[in-house]
Amino acid sequence: MENLNLVLPEIFISLSIMFLLVLGVFKKNSSKITFNLSLFAILITGIITINETFSVSRETLFNESVVIDTMSSLMKIITLIGGFLVLVISSSYLKIFKIYNIEYPVLILSSILGMMVMISSNDLIVFYMGLELQSLALYVLATYNRDQLKSSEAGLKYFVLSALSSGLLLYGCSLVYGFSGSTNFDIISNQLNSNEYVLTFGIVFILVGLAFKISAVPFHMWAPDVYEGSPTTVTLFFTMVPKIAALTVFIRFLYVPFLNLIDQWQMIIIFLSIASMVFGAVAAIGQTNIKRLIAYSSIGHIGYTLAGLATASNEGIQSSIIYISIYVVMNLALFSCLLMLRRKDQYYEDIEDLSGLSKNHPLLSLCLLLILFSLAGIPPLAGFFAKFYVFKAVLEQSMFFLAIVGLLSTVVAAFYYLRIIKIIYFDKEKDKYDTDHSLWLKFSLTVSTILILLYFIFPSQLIEVVSRINII
Amino acid sequence: MNFPILSSLILLPTVGALFLFFTKDKEGNNSTAKYVALFTTIVNFLISIYLWISFDQSTSNFQFVEDRTWIEGFINYKVGVDGISILFIILTTFITPLCIISVNNSVKNRLRDFLIAILIMESFMIGVFCALDLVVFYLFFEAGLIPMFLIIGIWGGPKRVYSAFKFFLYTLLGSVLMLVAIISIYWIAGTTDVIQLYELGIDSKYQNLLWLAFFSSFAVKTPMWPVHTWLPDAHVEAPTAGSVLLAAILLKMAGYGFIRFSLGLFPVASEVFTPLIYTLSVIAIIFTSFIALMQEDMKKLIAYSSVAHMGFVTLGIFTLQQQGIEGSIIQMISHGLVSAALFLCVGVVYDRMHSRMIHSYGGIVSIIPKYSILFMLFTLAALGLPGTSGFIGEFLILMGAFKDNFLVAVIASLGVILGAAYMLWLYKRVVFGKLVNEDLKKMFDLNRSEYLILSCLAVPTLFFGFYPDPLINTIEVSVTDLINMHNINIASK
Repeated sequence: MENLNLVLPEIFISLSIMFLLVLGVFKKNSSKITFNLSLFAILITGIITINETFSVSRETLFNESVVIDTMSSLMKIITLIGGFLVLVISSSYLKIFKIYNIEYPVLILSSILGMMVMISSNDLIVFYMGLELQSLALYVLATYNRDQLKSSEAGLKYFVLSALSSGLLLYGCSLVYGFSGSTNFDIISNQLNSNEYVLTFGIVFILVGLAFKISAVPFHMWAPDVYEGSPTTVTLFFTMVPKIAALTVFIRFLYVPFLNLIDQWQMIIIFLSIASMVFGAVAAIGQTNIKRLIAYSSIGHIGYTLAGLATASNEGIQSSIIYISIYVVMNLALFSCLLMLRRKDQYYEDIEDLSGLSKNHPLLSLCLLLILFSLAGIPPLAGFFAKFYVFKAVLEQSMFFLAIVGLLSTVVAAFYYLRIIKIIYFDKEKDKYDTDHSLWLKFSLTVSTILILLYFIFPSQLIEVVSRINII
Repeated sequence: MNFPILSSLILLPTVGALFLFFTKDKEGNNSTAKYVALFTTIVNFLISIYLWISFDQSTSNFQFVEDRTWIEGFINYKVGVDGISILFIILTTFITPLCIISVNNSVKNRLRDFLIAILIMESFMIGVFCALDLVVFYLFFEAGLIPMFLIIGIWGGPKRVYSAFKFFLYTLLGSVLMLVAIISIYWIAGTTDVIQLYELGIDSKYQNLLWLAFFSSFAVKTPMWPVHTWLPDAHVEAPTAGSVLLAAILLKMAGYGFIRFSLGLFPVASEVFTPLIYTLSVIAIIFTSFIALMQEDMKKLIAYSSVAHMGFVTLGIFTLQQQGIEGSIIQMISHGLVSAALFLCVGVVYDRMHSRMIHSYGGIVSIIPKYSILFMLFTLAALGLPGTSGFIGEFLILMGAFKDNFLVAVIASLGVILGAAYMLWLYKRVVFGKLVNEDLKKMFDLNRSEYLILSCLAVPTLFFGFYPDPLINTIEVSVTDLINMHNINIASK
């Protein structure tokens, strides 16, 4: 008998989704209670995850198709925290657009479930199932503000392109299956030693599909449009949570089934990384919409994360995970600020709307200042350490070119972050924004900013947790 | 473990800034905030004086060392001072309170925020000078960009945005390569602890590249020709207090970095690249002196003169002679005092006339005599007249240079003449001559706080000009040891 306790989080969250759907059908005006219950469900799932799986070093289930290890537990917890915070700061935004419905939390929960399955997958089929579950939920979330043209456009665009990439991914999977005779990662890993070039096609297809999901250059085209069009809270969700899951799968693919084929994929990852870092930095300069700018900046940040993966070392993987964790916090802080730019039930998302913010909202601007400098990677803020660990791992493998290109693109990227700071601090002020924000929004901004600011005092804790992840 | 005096030096201004942060920002004359900031910095200055008194001059070992685990098994928070760094710390703690006194007239809005930025800046600057771990050093070195960017950008002149961006991006571009080098050092030598690295040494086959990476950062910060162009812009646009901090302390970080890291860690490479430094320094001295002669804007002129003076400093450091390095350090301290004073002098007339252009002045000697006398003193100190601290520095540098390379020394000596030319010509055009501009008659002489600041700067300038022993005694052993270590390293290669 399998030890079902290990998948208890997934089981619990699926049961909650079904329960919430039923509740929504039978009870009228149940939005508020659904929101609260789903928050509660995420909380419980998180506790179960910590209790049941955090101490497990590596266990497999269901004919080795699901794996529970330190990485999966940690990533699940980050996913859950991200999902929780998104949900918690969404409600006031959704209320203003009159889309405060039960579907929203249910969709978020389903995509979280999909991601948790992805994170734990040790089998091509399980992986694909999780991926599609989360994607389907995300398509709907992107169009969630369906009365707005942009939102529908975003959802449709995302759907078409994502379906295409899933197709590529699936084709790659079938090629890999053809060569190895199994869908299980461990078995594939043992079987794949040959240098058949068709197999390389399989790997490339899979990597392309995954690169699409994390929006690495040159498969990033969808990101700016989708990020701009989706409701802001959904954009926040897009920039944080699916990236964590996709990154985990990336790590899993590269270092379990394809470990023996490092020579074939390392160049690809280095290329993706450099292209994303450089393109993300350069393309963001001309943006005027904050959400589009964040899209390009997130492309750049994914580039740094991939730089860690390209090293083919445990330190590299750990640094990538640290990077993405810190990035999630910075993103949360940034979006919390964005959600505070509200005046009489209207949200503002142009960079120009930040003009002279520091005069009327000194505290909010100070938070933005810290967040932006942190995103730019200026010490002593958390963003610097994220980059620092990645480049430490990269330089350990003597990949100087990657490190120097990466660091030079941080200088380019610093330019557009500085531009925002300039607009906030040096430009003429505009009208005041409303200040009656929900408590949760204030809470998430305060906590994430404090984490960013004071990370340098206790940098060891995060490393300690992450250093338990040893894939290779 | 003794009282962590260095950490408290670093932390105290930040604590003061935090305190200010929680006070209410009043519009207009916010004297409470100013007194808090002033009190903090003066206490810090007293602590640093205590540090100097209890500093043991007879050893070149690092003193007051604090060593704490920071990132397990990787970086330690390690600070300490030796004869070289202690003077820079005192310079920092000495200049900062003067800056704060000087904000009276130049900063009109958001005084509290300005003071917070200055205090945080002080923390970072002290941190740079006492860090004994490369990563910690980098952290402080880079972190200083944030407050300085804001100081220039928020409180600066009309072209402040351009200048702030240029300052930030130039410096960041130089520094990221240093970060690559620092991490590489960790993988080559297994530690980033400076003391251990001094003992272990770095394999000479890596030294050239590493040296260049550090050089890229320090050259921008120094600033050396041809990457000096950010400095005049930043100086011109920054408010007076910002210019003072920039000229007096920020530029010294690079000179200090050259001595501590380039010479100390990469002796072989330093030898290799000496011709490069000589060339750039000599170009900086001659070329920027000529540029300075042409300037119409007083602040710009002083900014270019800073480049020329820093050219002397880099020249002196890489002579690798006792006199050269000692001269460089004294030149840096002296330039810290004198350039700060000159910027304040420009600030004084700017506050009254709102013009920095030389041609809008002339003949002010009869209107504001006290100012003219003090301005005269600092002008003479800047051109290195015997009896001022500027002379000691330049003289020692040239002495070291003559020992090492005759030609370079001769050309550099020409720079001294050019320096005298542009400084005296500036003084002549501003202070003497016919009083053409009628508005100048409304100018009033130095008020109490200006008088206090300028005399505070004048006293050490003169004192160390006549009696440089306290400075030389402090640095002597450390410099001798540095050179010995250098020679041993070269000989063993």
